[in-house]
Amino acid sequence: MKRLSIALLATALATPALAQHQGHHMPGHSMPMPKAKPKPKSPAATPKPAAKKPVSRTKAAARPAARARPKAPPKKASAKPVGKPTAKAAPKPAASAKDPHAGHDMEPATLSRPAADPHAGHSMPQGTASSGQDVQQADPHAGHDMGTAPAPQADPHAGHQMPMADAPPVAPPPAGAFSGPEHAADTVFGPGQMASAREKLRKEHGGMTTYKLLVDQLEGRIRSGRDGYRWDAQGWIGGDIDKLWLKTEGEGAFGEAVEQAEVQALWSHAIDPWFDLQAGIRHDFRPDPERTHFVLGVQGLAPYWFEVDGAAFLSNKGDVTARIEVEYDLRLTQKLILQPRIEFDLAAQDVPELGIGSGLSSGELGARLRYEIRPEFAPYVGLEYERAFGSTADFRRAGGEKAGGWNLLLGVRTWF
Amino acid sequence: MHHSLSLERRALLRAATLGGLGLGLGGLFPAWAQSGTAGLAPTLPTLSGEDINLRVGHSPFTVGGRSGHAITLNGVLPAPLIRLREGQNLRLNVLNDLDEDTSIHWHGLLVPFQMDGVPGISFPGIPARGSFTYEFPIVQSGTYWYHSHSGLQEQMGHYGPMIIDPKDVDPVAYDREHVIVLSDWSFFHPHQIFSKLKQEGGFFNRQKQTLLGGREDEMTQEERMMFARMRMDPTDIADVTEAAYTFLINGHGPRENWTGLFRPGERVRLRIINAAAQTIFNVRIPGLAMTVVASDGQNVRPVLVDEFQIGNAETYDVVVQPSDDRAFTFVAETIDRAGMGRATLAPRMGMTAPVPPLRKRPTLGMKDMGMAGMDHGAMNHGAMNHGAMGQGSMDHAAMGHGSAAPAAAPVMDHSNMNMRDASKVTFPVGVGVDMIAPNPVDRTGDPGIGLEDVGHKVLTYRDLVALTPNPDKRAPTRAIEIHLTGNMERFMWSIDGQTLSENPEPIRFELNERVRVTMVNDTMMTHPMHIHGHFFEVVNGHSGDHPVKHTVMVLPGGKLSFDMTADAPGDWAFHCHLLYHMHAGMMRIVKVRPLKGEAA
Repeated sequence: MKRLSIALLATALATPALAQHQGHHMPGHSMPMPKAKPKPKSPAATPKPAAKKPVSRTKAAARPAARARPKAPPKKASAKPVGKPTAKAAPKPAASAKDPHAGHDMEPATLSRPAADPHAGHSMPQGTASSGQDVQQADPHAGHDMGTAPAPQADPHAGHQMPMADAPPVAPPPAGAFSGPEHAADTVFGPGQMASAREKLRKEHGGMTTYKLLVDQLEGRIRSGRDGYRWDAQGWIGGDIDKLWLKTEGEGAFGEAVEQAEVQALWSHAIDPWFDLQAGIRHDFRPDPERTHFVLGVQGLAPYWFEVDGAAFLSNKGDVTARIEVEYDLRLTQKLILQPRIEFDLAAQDVPELGIGSGLSSGELGARLRYEIRPEFAPYVGLEYERAFGSTADFRRAGGEKAGGWNLLLGVRTWF
Repeated sequence: MHHSLSLERRALLRAATLGGLGLGLGGLFPAWAQSGTAGLAPTLPTLSGEDINLRVGHSPFTVGGRSGHAITLNGVLPAPLIRLREGQNLRLNVLNDLDEDTSIHWHGLLVPFQMDGVPGISFPGIPARGSFTYEFPIVQSGTYWYHSHSGLQEQMGHYGPMIIDPKDVDPVAYDREHVIVLSDWSFFHPHQIFSKLKQEGGFFNRQKQTLLGGREDEMTQEERMMFARMRMDPTDIADVTEAAYTFLINGHGPRENWTGLFRPGERVRLRIINAAAQTIFNVRIPGLAMTVVASDGQNVRPVLVDEFQIGNAETYDVVVQPSDDRAFTFVAETIDRAGMGRATLAPRMGMTAPVPPLRKRPTLGMKDMGMAGMDHGAMNHGAMNHGAMGQGSMDHAAMGHGSAAPAAAPVMDHSNMNMRDASKVTFPVGVGVDMIAPNPVDRTGDPGIGLEDVGHKVLTYRDLVALTPNPDKRAPTRAIEIHLTGNMERFMWSIDGQTLSENPEPIRFELNERVRVTMVNDTMMTHPMHIHGHFFEVVNGHSGDHPVKHTVMVLPGGKLSFDMTADAPGDWAFHCHLLYHMHAGMMRIVKVRPLKGEAA
């Protein structure tokens, strides 16, 4: 065997004829075909009704019970009436060298064919021509209405008709498919090397750990009385299904001690395409006295794009409370987004030392208008009405506060 | 006679000079990809012969005046053109200068399984600072390409074209040829891109529907509500967009404007390869019709088109014959129409043609939800063209569904339709599956998202007919159904609801078994699906002459069947060729047994 070893060499020239590799089958490259067999035409083939659903839907993974499979390939080669010439044969001259679209060589033999296609021009060795009219494609644009579809098609745009009329049954693989070594490459490179490569392959295709840190609210709150501030942030790290999820929020007034501050550490488990079940611990550093809660919640995206976060809390003092937040991103432009938001706090009992009354204890209704300088960084302005209800309101009034009021919000939303 | 590349001598010399100069200055373009190239010619440096050396390494890459970090082969982006001849033997010595594993997969080439280049399936990979020698005979011809199958290296520049000349007469006649490699370049690190997608599935979409935004969409109120209820974004057409990408043609950005030369009247063969990581392109040359002569390296009967959609890893050979002494713009508009790759075909360097503006951004419709055929009665959605109907006045109940109306109860209310009916499939419908197409239809007759109504002829898979009859005349003995599944919101992608990381049961074939594989797309994205080591015949109605491909796009909410002969023993990859979908797990291993030399 002669070998050309210089890389930067003429390519189209002089490639030595080498022994033909025989292991592979080359579809579509049987040209030129000296004696193409005429295509089996069986006009008698019964036109099948519209694509039937396969009978059995056995999972491919199931091992077959010794399934007898005919060794010889079926004689009938997808026999269907093929290609009756289309009605709209273009009234143009047969392909000639002057045809601007002819990209293909016309050998003399081809010219004898009734080449109605103005763009036809592949050199067709004689053999093919003898296979009859069924290779004709009268119009390159007529690809849609091929004669193979037996049913008359009133509507060329209808997507219903399947060109695959006679589908074979869905079936598990034959027994031979399970023979031999499980991993082919082990036979060449050894199982040791391949095992670690396989492990890496698996991890690289779906097994990655990702993360996100979102500071949803970092804002000053301008209101009657002393102005305040609030933060609300969360972050997660993990895979698609299970994540470690951390949340923190808190607020206070400038110049005073922090009024409220909490941190949650949750295990988050995806329970459907849009929702996660979350369970873990919440600790309130403020107010005094501190509390620790067990948390059970659901967070996700509800139909119509509502972002929902609801959780129930059981404190170390046995108090049960709950919180529900719903927000929605109303996209005004690609960068300007109005986010209405509502939050309710509920309690199952009075917790006088924390100023919480049973029932609906407090609520917030507001909207933040943010401008995404980058999607990850958006300053915002907002307006929010916050108030306490029921005995919670009474607790507040008793402490010399108002039950509720308006807040003008100025803040930043960021994530990475 | 067919290889008489009648080249303009001066242009050729100039190109060669440029090429030499480029290389001399450490330029990153291989000669064939230099702007102003006269086309492929024997005198231009390509890699050919039986011994080829490739070195994988780091290089800087500059586009649009900005420089980034690339992973390249032999220092150029795209990688060198490898030009071979059918019937020859080939030995490729690959040196890995990286500090991480690499690999090269020869896309579309029929090779022994251990030479296919997928780490963890065909071989262990090429270790950091190590080497590997690929050796195989070339048993086919046509336009192909090669790329890394390790991590996300393909996104960083690790791809190049491969052309194999037929050992016999080439049925395609042409006077000149150009290779056109489409790709997407980012200054973001691919891991950063993937991370953003996991954090916010729609992060790179800057064409979302807005209340005040200028672009109004032709969607009915019913459709809008339907999408919102399903938490699906009808503008989610591409995961990664121009927000992160510069679209390259032969390594040149739109500003660099790669120019390929021709002489008026010549038949110019363009070998177009979509080597992009995550971008499906709509290709057209305003003013110039294209005759498609091959797809995925396999000849087809010539089809005259004005435009075609090309999925990742697909290749199309087209012949154009510009007769005027003027320039033409080669437009590779992205599927979401947020960006484009641009190049020029011109008689002389420096000539340009107008660059058409980006067309209106398309939106997904009912058909993309797998609801195209929900009304089996006298009418159908496809013909009704929901988009054009406007005003949500559609009352399906009033339209008289025929007796065949399935399971839709007395009133065909789409908003109550179960878009995630687990009884339709045999696998568990879990977190990673946000939709099961209620009624997927064959979409081989569709030109692709947004191309239904562009006012000129767009290629569909149904237009493709193999030039020579399909060699294996046997009818398939069994069928398998594969569901392409995903969760847009969490950016999870899988096959039959399972990612490769979950170690799913492989797809098993018996050697030489003839199988019909039907892929059902239960997502609202187009997936270019690729099987290694085999060609398959797309079942498109041209029985016996089905087009032969290695990669095929399955349109959203649709299905597509192919017949294949499992004639290559070994283990092979089967995956979505959108890189980040594959990375997210949309991949399976195909096993063909018995192996060679084994008793059956």
